Amino acid sequence: MNWEFIGKYLPLYERAAVLTVKIGLIGIAFAILVGLLCAAIQYYKVPVARQIVAVYVEISRNTPLLVQLFFIYYGFPKIGIRLTPEVCGVIGLAFLGGSYMAEAFRSGLESIEPIQKESAISLGMNHRQTFQYVILPQAISVSVPAFVANVIFLLKETSVFSAISLMDLMFTAKDLIGLYYKTTESLFLLVVFYLIILLPVSILGTLLERRVRYAGFGD
Amino acid sequence: MPDLGIDVLFKGTNMLRLLGGLWVAARISLISIVISMPLGILVGALMTMKNKIVRAICRIYLEIIRIMPQLVLLFIVYFGTTRAMGWNLSGEVASVIVFTLWGTAEMADLVRGALISIPKHQYESAEALGLTKVQTYIYIIIPQTVRRLIPLSINLITRMIKTTSLVLMIGVVEMLKVAQQIIEANRMTSPNAAFGVFLVVFLLYFLVCWPISMLAKYLEKKWR
Amino acid sequence: MADTLLKVENLVKEYDGQRILDGIDLTLAQGEVVVVVGPSGCGKSTLLRCINALEPVQEGSISLHGKDIRKGSKNITEMRQKIGMVFQSYELFPHLTVLDNITLSPVKVQKRKKDEVKAEAMELLQRVGLADKAGSYPRQLSGGQKQRVAIVRALCMHPEILLFDEVTAALDPEMVREVLDVMLDLAKQGKTMIIVTHEMQFAKAVADRVIFMDQGQIVEEAKPEEFFEHPKTERAKQFLNVFTFEHVEK
Repeated sequence: MNWEFIGKYLPLYERAAVLTVKIGLIGIAFAILVGLLCAAIQYYKVPVARQIVAVYVEISRNTPLLVQLFFIYYGFPKIGIRLTPEVCGVIGLAFLGGSYMAEAFRSGLESIEPIQKESAISLGMNHRQTFQYVILPQAISVSVPAFVANVIFLLKETSVFSAISLMDLMFTAKDLIGLYYKTTESLFLLVVFYLIILLPVSILGTLLERRVRYAGFGD
Repeated sequence: MPDLGIDVLFKGTNMLRLLGGLWVAARISLISIVISMPLGILVGALMTMKNKIVRAICRIYLEIIRIMPQLVLLFIVYFGTTRAMGWNLSGEVASVIVFTLWGTAEMADLVRGALISIPKHQYESAEALGLTKVQTYIYIIIPQTVRRLIPLSINLITRMIKTTSLVLMIGVVEMLKVAQQIIEANRMTSPNAAFGVFLVVFLLYFLVCWPISMLAKYLEKKWR
Repeated sequence: MADTLLKVENLVKEYDGQRILDGIDLTLAQGEVVVVVGPSGCGKSTLLRCINALEPVQEGSISLHGKDIRKGSKNITEMRQKIGMVFQSYELFPHLTVLDNITLSPVKVQKRKKDEVKAEAMELLQRVGLADKAGSYPRQLSGGQKQRVAIVRALCMHPEILLFDEVTAALDPEMVREVLDVMLDLAKQGKTMIIVTHEMQFAKAVADRVIFMDQGQIVEEAKPEEFFEHPKTERAKQFLNVFTFEHVEK
């Protein structure tokens, strides 16, 4: 292992990691918004919108992010929509992640027994109060493990961004392998940086999941 | 109607070449699935064993494989082995190795989850009825586990197929690569081909994965 | 009879083309305790759910103080506050402490002062012997304790009438008594209640009037002594026989 090389190219990886995380987080934030909207539409069975959401979820879940990105990045300009790689990355992540988040939130909402709603209603609450005080807090805690799993999944998916010439970690690693043949060092840095990004989220997820599964409220 | 370049695919053997690219991706997934299913069942079963060392080894394997993006794994196996061990793996072999390692880990996790989801009472009541350990597994535990497992395994297959799109990045000529080649070759005559061709690639992936997802969903509902 | 509080007239409830309630007439006076008994599926729980406006009805009327309280009627959320319901499965909110379970609705719905509600909740908890559990979460309580909290939660809304839907059916036998004692105490305080139960001894002790339902209809209605000692209809006799072992042949 050539430590001099590693020291020299560390800043390059740092920059790439920051870019990966930045686009990842913005994309995930949009994915959460899309997911909440879709879950609400499905939970309240809004006509028409509900069918659109169903179609969107199937398309999003049954196509790879890389193909989605190629279509957006190389295909869209041909019909006059020109986007920077960064914007493409965010859109792709939101498009893919939106359906995964929607499923997480939806299953959280559906896991609450209807009789809980009735119990709130029989205490005189209206629909908004029932949702706000009784359904939502429980649904969120049920969705936590799936939510964290989705965040990890989406952060991992950002690795394909290099295909649309975003200078992320993969791009940097491939570049250095190609230019200097320092394969071991480049791959080592790649793994280390992905671990720095993913390990904390993964550990947090395990802790949260354990809390939700074994303890729930009150411990 | 602007020219969106779909007609490019009807020139010569372009469509066939594209489908050929899809087959390359499908072949990688199929081989990996066939190898990783039994391995995954084995590892998953090992993970429910009482032996702490066996469990820890499996756990570490699972965590390492599952925390890394599959693309990173592909890079490590494809570029790394060449350097470190002097092997010269083809992209396709490297892909099969990575997807088998990954598929085994995912499958093992599913198997472990399905096994521990069977309540203890089921073992106890089988024992109370006088069944032997082997009989308990054959008649009580495995049938229940399989029902939980099959929809999830089918889902794993779609995940595997979707993930094979990544092999483009280590130089395997699969559908996306073929698409790029077709677009490149027709740059002059059909400048907008990128839209139409990538749209078709998008739809082809959907047409392959969607029915499989539907089957998984159907089975999940039926066996709940 | 004292003032009529609740009036149910010719109530018909259908579900999937099946008649669950078939022309129910029932009046309840202030302070009266009515126990509803009958075989499973006779419609007694559905009757409670209709009175609490959780189920839409097809025909007939339900009124409290002469005001319509059917599902979908005007101001139903307000009217519903006057009716408290306790479910078989407790239905405490698992994400809230015992105290928060009790105070949530009085504070958020009735806009009462938090301190005042808290004080009342503590007093009620004291009375059912659970003051030390105020800060606990539902999952830390036994079934009997949960059900007593559920009763306190309903009481704290100051309802004019309380509905109990088989509240001891899911409890272990040794916990049944602690819940029934609370209900007996409420009856003594003059609360108006409709109780659906399978506890016949308890029914005898608590009821002012017993209603026997079968196949969606009220078959018999009588004072408890009369109903349990001398049931008039054949169906009631058959039903009551299930609870004794006098006719078992050795």
